[in-house]
Amino acid sequence: MRDVAIVGVGHSRFGNRYDVRIDELAWEAVREALKDAELSAKDMEFLVVGCTGGWSAESLPAVICSEYCGTLPKGSMRVEAACATGSAAVAVAYNLVASGYVDLVLVLGVEKMYESPGPVQIELIGRAGNYFWEFENFGMTFPAYYALHATGYMWKHGLKEEDLAQIAVKNHFYASMNPKAQFKKKIVVDTVMGSRYIAWPLKLFDCCPLTDGSAALILASESVARKITDTPVWISAIGASTGTGNLSKRDMFLNLEYSGLESAVEAARQAYKRAGIDYNNAAKHFDVACVHDCFTIAELMAYEDLGFCKRGEGLKLIREKQTYNGGLIPVNIDGGLKAKGHPIGATGCSMMYSLVKQLRQEYRELAGREAQATIRKGRALAHNIGGTGHYAYVTILSLEKPHK
Amino acid sequence: MSDLAKKSIKEKGLPLIEEPKTKLPLYISLRELSLRYHFGTAKIQTFFEGLKEGKVYMTRCRKCDEKFFPPQADCPKCLESDMEWIPLSGEGELLTCTMITVKPSTFAHYDNYIVGIAQMKEGVRVLAWLQIDDPRKIKPKMKVRLTTVRREPEHFITYEFAPM
Repeated sequence: MRDVAIVGVGHSRFGNRYDVRIDELAWEAVREALKDAELSAKDMEFLVVGCTGGWSAESLPAVICSEYCGTLPKGSMRVEAACATGSAAVAVAYNLVASGYVDLVLVLGVEKMYESPGPVQIELIGRAGNYFWEFENFGMTFPAYYALHATGYMWKHGLKEEDLAQIAVKNHFYASMNPKAQFKKKIVVDTVMGSRYIAWPLKLFDCCPLTDGSAALILASESVARKITDTPVWISAIGASTGTGNLSKRDMFLNLEYSGLESAVEAARQAYKRAGIDYNNAAKHFDVACVHDCFTIAELMAYEDLGFCKRGEGLKLIREKQTYNGGLIPVNIDGGLKAKGHPIGATGCSMMYSLVKQLRQEYRELAGREAQATIRKGRALAHNIGGTGHYAYVTILSLEKPHK
Repeated sequence: MSDLAKKSIKEKGLPLIEEPKTKLPLYISLRELSLRYHFGTAKIQTFFEGLKEGKVYMTRCRKCDEKFFPPQADCPKCLESDMEWIPLSGEGELLTCTMITVKPSTFAHYDNYIVGIAQMKEGVRVLAWLQIDDPRKIKPKMKVRLTTVRREPEHFITYEFAPM
């Protein structure tokens, strides 16, 4: 296997993007990535598109975006792993380069959710479990799946709704500095506590918004990467795992004394093993992390699933502000899904956009000094979950080349 | 939206509207799609026969003793398809729950509903609605009973929990 580096990144403005079609939205990120790498679309040898779709008109987004972005006639495909689609697309592209099949791959995460009305989007995401046994008769929604985890956590660890609110406050705080974020306003605990219930105990401000957005990454083999940039950001390791479709079959969250996502733990263990990182002391290996905070409870579980703290101690991390910039490990200091926005198929690529900018110490130019992590270890982590732990991807980025 | 589009065609000849919030122009597709799926039940027909008799069935692999709910006909562990169909006693313990207040479009006609997961006596867990007069009475690990019920207004048979 060859080493693979990210040599160019781009990101659209996130939000309700009624001003553009899906291919126009894709172009915003692709153009920025090409400019960042000083390459042209014709240099790309393959296009991997992460797009979950269903709510938008185009059935073949990989083709539509290839045409608009000028990568024709190179090969393309669409990849789907629910909300982890972006990371799955990176995993596919990584293997295309690592295997020696091609040297330069464009990865595009793009989602146009607002082409359908809100209740239809809620319906389609609610079907993302085991259809007959969870949706057809019982009308599960995406917030409800995570609410089941939140209730379980409350019953086991004495979690309070106010604790979850602290996570929303942090992520809105950092989104307020990110010019690409959907939400620009800082909030306080009372903002969350005063918002209406969506799926008890989760309230409106515990939930990420529905989002249109795109993010693009250019992946290159070592020899090509060296010609393009002096600061390649290497893909050090990828871990991936799949959880049961039925939430009722999750042993870890339902049987034992703690809450969490088995698939996320498994993906983290795989990635850490490949990168030589100790699971029990994981936080000290990273300068910054983006974790999948589609709901506040999801970020809390991520702290524990990733080994940033012991089981049941995630609460301590947020109460002591250890996941703010300057703390034990800065988490989602780009605003996270919660406040930056969550365009399903683009989110994984968006996480890696933020982390590449952080590692290159360019994030300060985008969002200011307060949101630039101090880079000492040269390593960053993206934790991207599809569904409610149905898919889990953990990707480790590093300034150091994986194989000497 | 579609009424707006119709009005717009009448006035301007195109289904172009001004999106109320952003004031941006939107083209409203005239091709409305209605989707309704159908899927085969032949391998787990016993489950549906059971519902008609007031029973909720699980399956157990006769070779390796693996238990399944939702019931399935094939055992991926030992590659056999020799299942015993076992009706659940209905006795369970509530492990977690939520109340859904923002509903999917096809569930908009129901009142707010509570979904719970319970550990059943037989060793499997079940996800279903929990009928309870006051959600404040819900307690961790409370005893619940699973029974078949008619869901209104459709009047179809399904199963749900109620406090013991």
